[in-house]
Amino acid sequence: MKAYSLFKKDWQSELRTRYAINALAMFILVTISVIMFSIGNEKITEYLTGGLLWVVIFFSAMSGLSRAFVSEEERGTTMTLHLMASPSTIFSGKLIFNLLLVFLMNFVITFLFSILFSSFIIKNIALFAIAFLFGNIGIAISSTIIAAIISKASSKGTLYPVLSFPILLPLILTLLELTKYSMDGNSINGSSVEIFVLICYDVVMGTASYLLFDFIWKE
Amino acid sequence: MTDYTVELNWLIKYFGRRLIFDGINFSFTSRNIYGISGPNGSGKSTLVKIIADLISPTKGKVIHKYGDKIIEPEDLHNYLGFVSPYLFLYDEFTAEENLSYSASIRGIKFNQERSDFLLSELKLFDRRKDLVRGYSSGMKQRLKFIFALLHEPQLIILDEPTSNLDNSGKEIVYKIIMEESKKNLVVIASNEESDIHLCTEIIELEKFKKQTNK
Repeated sequence: MKAYSLFKKDWQSELRTRYAINALAMFILVTISVIMFSIGNEKITEYLTGGLLWVVIFFSAMSGLSRAFVSEEERGTTMTLHLMASPSTIFSGKLIFNLLLVFLMNFVITFLFSILFSSFIIKNIALFAIAFLFGNIGIAISSTIIAAIISKASSKGTLYPVLSFPILLPLILTLLELTKYSMDGNSINGSSVEIFVLICYDVVMGTASYLLFDFIWKE
Repeated sequence: MTDYTVELNWLIKYFGRRLIFDGINFSFTSRNIYGISGPNGSGKSTLVKIIADLISPTKGKVIHKYGDKIIEPEDLHNYLGFVSPYLFLYDEFTAEENLSYSASIRGIKFNQERSDFLLSELKLFDRRKDLVRGYSSGMKQRLKFIFALLHEPQLIILDEPTSNLDNSGKEIVYKIIMEESKKNLVVIASNEESDIHLCTEIIELEKFKKQTNK
């Protein structure tokens, strides 16, 4: 309940300041436009559009998801949070906020891909939905804990993607594989190993982040 | 009435290689006002931040007790009210929104009556529905007091409590400090003579450092 209240505060604040939503929306628009201009009239393969989808998702996440903690640090309200809630509440509240942002962002990106790229055809929608669900949870957890780490650093902008890349790489590779399978129309049973890897990633990252947050949060 | 105590056990703080203070050993108890004074850079704010568990000491520890119960660091925010010039509230919210969010994030019911009482006491009631962005620095300082006192904490830490306040603001704050010290523990870090004048006991940081360094 406390975490939900923190999420509500962040969401209300986001609606008033448009700190992350504007950055995400502009980034998605610009990136997809650049891809479309660079492709021109060329016909690209299904697999390539699947790959491009996760590239856009990765860099969009890098442009907007650090805001959960960076905005608090920049406005000087980190101490205010310290004085209101325990570290576990803060992490949970920020995670809920990033989960919502990731799902919103990825729905928009996937929708735009499906209407703008004719070769983006998913044959097994259920398999893609599973990958999408667990992939988004993984991205939200990783980006939240990395945002907490980099919020205290001086070069936040560059550090975020650099630190995120090795942490998100196993997730992105698994998601690429599952997107390929869903484009091929493979069954969910036939992709169970990758789905299991995805779930394990989420559980490991979630547990590690929850345990480490106390140390990261305190100056 | 249950007493709140804070024990500082041989606190040492370094920033890099620079020693801020060395071997602070002190005990605070309820129904007192303690002062922490010293020249600029002597570590007043650092010490209050350590007491509030916002930063860690290099060595030593701080023990918070409510009666016989030791307060764990993750629960300290429920017992603590903190005011300082480096504390910022959310500019995009109104005063009342800031207070109601702080209550819900703490997991307590927003006490409208107490909020209205404190807003009236600190002369912000008429501006309670205005965004904090439009407040003057003195009004923001008054709002910080309401933020610190709304949940009725047992430990009140005030770092430069009268900064940015006019004379009437100072008088209100002094009245609140005296009132709170009847049942709670108040710690003031300041150089202002009028602030320190309220204190029953004072830690002179610079003197203390010299004494322990001998």
